[in-house]
Amino acid sequence: MTDVSNSSSVEQENRRIRDLLPSGEKRSRLRRWRGVKDHSARYVIAAFGFSVIIALALIFVYLFSEVMPMLQPASVGEVSQYDSPGGNPAQTVQVASDRHRELAVRFTDDRRAVFYRPMTGEVTREYDLPFPEGVTITARGRAEPRTRLVAYGLDNGQALVTRHTFSETFEEGRRRVEGAIEYPLGDEDTALLDVVEDGTPITQIAVQEGSSGISVVAALADGRLRLVQFETTTSFMTGETTVERKVYDLDQPSDEAEITAILLDITMQNLLVGDSAGRVHYYNVRRPAQARIMDSRRVIPDPDASVASMEYLLGTVSLIVGGTDGSVGQWFLVRDEDNVQRITFVRGFEGHDAPVRVIAPEYARKGFATADEAGRVKVHYSTSHRTVIDTQVADGPIRVMGFAPRANALYTVDENERFRVVPVSNPHPEVSVRALWDRVWYEGRSSDEFVWQSSSATDEFEPKFSLVPLTVGTLKAAFYAMLFATPLAIMGAIYSAYFMAPRMRGMVKPTIEIMEALPTVILGFLAGLWLAPFVENHIPAVFSLVILMPVLMVAFAFLWTRAIPEAIRVRVPPGWEAALLVPVVLLVGWFCVASSPLIEIAFFGGDLRQWLTDVGITYDQRNALVVGVAMGFAVIPTIYSISEDAVFNVPKHLTQGSLALGATPWQTVTKVVLLTASPGIFSAVMIGFGRAVGETMIVLMATGNSPVVNFNIFEGMRTLSANIAVEMPEAAVGGTHFRILFLAALVLFILTFIMNTAAELVRQRLRRKYSSL
Amino acid sequence: MNNWFKSGTPWVWLNAGAVAISLVMVVGLLLLIAARGLGHFWPSNVVEFDYTEPGQESERVLGEVSRSETMTAQAMREAGYVVPEGQEVVTRHLIKRGNRDVTNRDFVWYVGENMSEWRYPEDAMVIERLTWGDFIGYLVDYREDGAVVAEGREAREAFRERLAQTREQVRERERIERFDIGNVNYQIEQIRLQQRALDMNPDISDAEREVREAELAAERERLEEVYAGLEVRRNEIRRDVARYSITAEMMDGRTQELALSGIVKAWWPNDMSVMQKTGHYVGTFWDFVSGFPREANTEGGILPAIFGTVLMVMIMSVVVTPFGVLAAIYLREYAKQGPLVRTIRISVNNLAGVPSIVFGVFGLGFFVYAVGGTIDQAFFPEALPAPTFGGPAIIWASLTLALLTLPVVIVSTEEGLTRIPSTIRQGSLALGATKAETLWRLVVPLSAPAMMTGLILAVARAAGEVAPLMLVGVVKLAPSLPMDGNFPFLHLDRAFMHLGFHIYDVGFQSPNVEAGRPLVYATALILVLLIIVLNVTAITIRNHLREKYRSESD
Repeated sequence: MTDVSNSSSVEQENRRIRDLLPSGEKRSRLRRWRGVKDHSARYVIAAFGFSVIIALALIFVYLFSEVMPMLQPASVGEVSQYDSPGGNPAQTVQVASDRHRELAVRFTDDRRAVFYRPMTGEVTREYDLPFPEGVTITARGRAEPRTRLVAYGLDNGQALVTRHTFSETFEEGRRRVEGAIEYPLGDEDTALLDVVEDGTPITQIAVQEGSSGISVVAALADGRLRLVQFETTTSFMTGETTVERKVYDLDQPSDEAEITAILLDITMQNLLVGDSAGRVHYYNVRRPAQARIMDSRRVIPDPDASVASMEYLLGTVSLIVGGTDGSVGQWFLVRDEDNVQRITFVRGFEGHDAPVRVIAPEYARKGFATADEAGRVKVHYSTSHRTVIDTQVADGPIRVMGFAPRANALYTVDENERFRVVPVSNPHPEVSVRALWDRVWYEGRSSDEFVWQSSSATDEFEPKFSLVPLTVGTLKAAFYAMLFATPLAIMGAIYSAYFMAPRMRGMVKPTIEIMEALPTVILGFLAGLWLAPFVENHIPAVFSLVILMPVLMVAFAFLWTRAIPEAIRVRVPPGWEAALLVPVVLLVGWFCVASSPLIEIAFFGGDLRQWLTDVGITYDQRNALVVGVAMGFAVIPTIYSISEDAVFNVPKHLTQGSLALGATPWQTVTKVVLLTASPGIFSAVMIGFGRAVGETMIVLMATGNSPVVNFNIFEGMRTLSANIAVEMPEAAVGGTHFRILFLAALVLFILTFIMNTAAELVRQRLRRKYSSL
Repeated sequence: MNNWFKSGTPWVWLNAGAVAISLVMVVGLLLLIAARGLGHFWPSNVVEFDYTEPGQESERVLGEVSRSETMTAQAMREAGYVVPEGQEVVTRHLIKRGNRDVTNRDFVWYVGENMSEWRYPEDAMVIERLTWGDFIGYLVDYREDGAVVAEGREAREAFRERLAQTREQVRERERIERFDIGNVNYQIEQIRLQQRALDMNPDISDAEREVREAELAAERERLEEVYAGLEVRRNEIRRDVARYSITAEMMDGRTQELALSGIVKAWWPNDMSVMQKTGHYVGTFWDFVSGFPREANTEGGILPAIFGTVLMVMIMSVVVTPFGVLAAIYLREYAKQGPLVRTIRISVNNLAGVPSIVFGVFGLGFFVYAVGGTIDQAFFPEALPAPTFGGPAIIWASLTLALLTLPVVIVSTEEGLTRIPSTIRQGSLALGATKAETLWRLVVPLSAPAMMTGLILAVARAAGEVAPLMLVGVVKLAPSLPMDGNFPFLHLDRAFMHLGFHIYDVGFQSPNVEAGRPLVYATALILVLLIIVLNVTAITIRNHLREKYRSESD
């Protein structure tokens, strides 16, 4: 009975509860909804997690993808060929095109200029050049490609200078290129110039355009060498242009060899004459009336070979010489010890098996192409000392060759007047391991050296991309920063983790954390505007501080522990030594600064800076010392907090054991604590070093940013990171400079990443070790 | 003694010394910034003295003492100063003479030994001008329409009274020029772009084109009318303001006429009580914080820089918080803990140590050139070749900094998640809650302070970071704020000004470093205060949190 009533009451209770709950259908719907929410939360969170991981990986991938194109070799596209536009049997003397490769011009030896489409050979227009009847072209010369000047020497002693132009017009968004021939010295009727009046044929000719006008140098059949200057002056009053002609006869280089090539540079000062004996003669023609041979040199290594072709590179500083033995060499004028300019061999390039017939320089870079008698074409780059392309273009000799202005195609003409267009993809020839990391002999320098100079005002500038000064600068800055920061941070960490009173520790740690958070731009600004001038005026104080500070601290410690009466000493509990030393630090600091001028007067003749200069030490106001202190300041908290952590977490039973065995606290620290915590301290130093390497603003503001290669503490430096900050906004997108800066960023990224990973692994191992101890 | 060394006590003391040095450096640095930054706004006294170099005529010098230094006589002589014979140590004072427009050199070093007694004339007046920096001299008379109205003491009162009114008018003129005309120009530019887009679009029928063009023309006409109206008002003010001027005597005795329209503020520091000085101080400080920069940023205020910094950090927070927090939850709660996740965790950790400039390079190449360039091609072809998003922009700066600070948020959140006792999770799961519910109801609220800490640390880091911004979005002088009254109000494509970059720019790129120096200190002070406040908040939250869980897990 009781059972029944009991069971019914339980039943009742259950029903009551069931009534409180929602119906079964509702509950299952709720359960399903919760499941959906659970699942979707999982997927949403996973999606965010993955996207973050992908975004972070993207940094690496993207940096790498920007660097990659530099590592890819140059390539040659499919060669298109056609018969000479404008027809045989005339021979081509010169080809050139516009920068879009839409229109090209061919000069022939039957006195025509033919404009044609370089990709197909379709002729668009023909010009007849104003030569008199019955003369033949006996010589031709070309000024720097950018000037588009061509000179012809004739067998009657006359010369013609022409300029081809490509003008662009836009019609309905489409580009049209028109070609024309101009005569810079006179119009069509007066364009012919007398080089020599007596009708001696011209055998070689050179032309160049400078700021004052056009100069022509011609070798004549009777061995004479003649310089003709055409100075163009425009009258301010009438706007009329008058051409003044001046003629100078130069010494003949030698009697037995005949002149095979003449080159004049754009400054109109240096004239190079090559002869059939394989020699090059250098004339200084700054004052043409007194011009004479300054230097003569054989430029072909093989004694039996002679000069087959020679050409200036962009900027007309470097001379490229191709020999009949197939050798290719670069030469330029270098001042020797006697301050005389000498033709100097700089570097040789991968040679040909046949005589080098033509050399074609690029329009905007220090690259060039060489073609030989066997139809082989090679493309070289001078600064990086590379031969980037080696390809067989024709079966026979190549007679004429020219680059497209953007160096994206080569035009060649062979013996049978067959035209070929060789598309070239060669975006980054300036880069090689050598160019980045080895000494390079740059144009105009007297020896090979490490230089970073990425840009300049002139177009013919040779970019200098040596990463050595930047790397040295980075290491230098980091080294001095670590020199300042490491002892302070580690000693401070040992003290605060092991000796310091807990209450003081509670105040010191947040202070150091604040120090870590200080924006580096503020440290840099203080270093550059406050510390640098301060140090400059108080150099002795810096050194007396380094010496006196520890000495006086120890002296104070001695006094405090030995000489001060017990009654005063016990007022300061142990663990507060640092607080006691604060006034000492302030006093010593004040003393050193105040005594700085006196030291200067006593030992350095009143002015240490002047004294340093006299001794031969360069002193920059913003120097490595300033950077070391400022960046050290930024690094101290990093090293401090990690090594403090490592020291603090050394298991207590180890130190207590050591103390129980009778070791002094200091012995315990050096023999037990430091040994156990050393991996942690090591990783702290590594992380600090990583931070110093990548720091940008401090270096940017506290140094002069000059890329020097030395470790002088009184000179500045330029680091990889500061260099990126300075130059990145100006670098042309996709150019070599741009990509080298990306390379610098990638190097920084990988370097710090590896160092931090190593430090992190060390720390994790240490943590495991502690927990097992 | 030997025993004492053996005991190791000196080494302990040396270690203590390292802490003492670090503390002195931090505190000293903060005090230096505070003193220099705050001191700039204090109306310092104007000194007058006669300066006589041996063998030269004496000259009267009037100015504020900027700072003093002790140097050796030799160094001074080599720097070209005339120092009396027999002197070995010399004190020199940098005097701010002002009057840059007349003397060219507003800051000049004077050798203390060649000075007469310093005098503090009560009539010495300092005027802050809109151009050419400060003027320091004596007020001679006050003029209206070129005629002298008051002289001497009366001139001061008349001048003061009028200046207050003139300032009102000048402010109105500035408001018209900066905001009203700026807005109209912006709208006219928008119409030009719409017109261009219309021209470039071949799919529109002629009729529709005509209708649209007529609309645009009408709108343009209306705006030009508004513009003309504003211009009339501006010229009116200009004319009115130009009537008043003062004459003042400079230190060399010459007088100069100054138009009131070019004067921001005038004060007589030697004749001010401490209370007056304090009032002046507060006013100047407020002008600094709320004003726009002038004179290549070396004068005026830093409002655009503060605004830019705050806005950038806010946009960054909006991006970095969900990504950072959810990624941390994923790594800690969902991902299978194993070698892979450990590797990812270490990598994320290490990204915090990657130099910030690397992020800048990435931001420039990827965000600005790649993404921004693509957006321009796709959505803003009418503005090309001028970039819209393909140039420095606040959105790219924010995204770059979001990437940079992502590790900070992730690490901090993860730390918070690990600190939550697993018993709480297990309890919730045992009661039948799903994983999402456990997370949402228990784990996230409990670890919210940790997330907050992470976010604050991220904000503090972002606010102080300059190097990457120099590549992706910061400019010396932004013509307009990235937020204004024109649709769409928040202009993510605009370049902006930033406190940190302002410091770099004024301190190192400006033509007159000496004049800009106090301003840089003041800017630095504001930045430091901002960052210290943020950090202290973060540290406090974190410590509080640690205490809380320590007591709970015990």
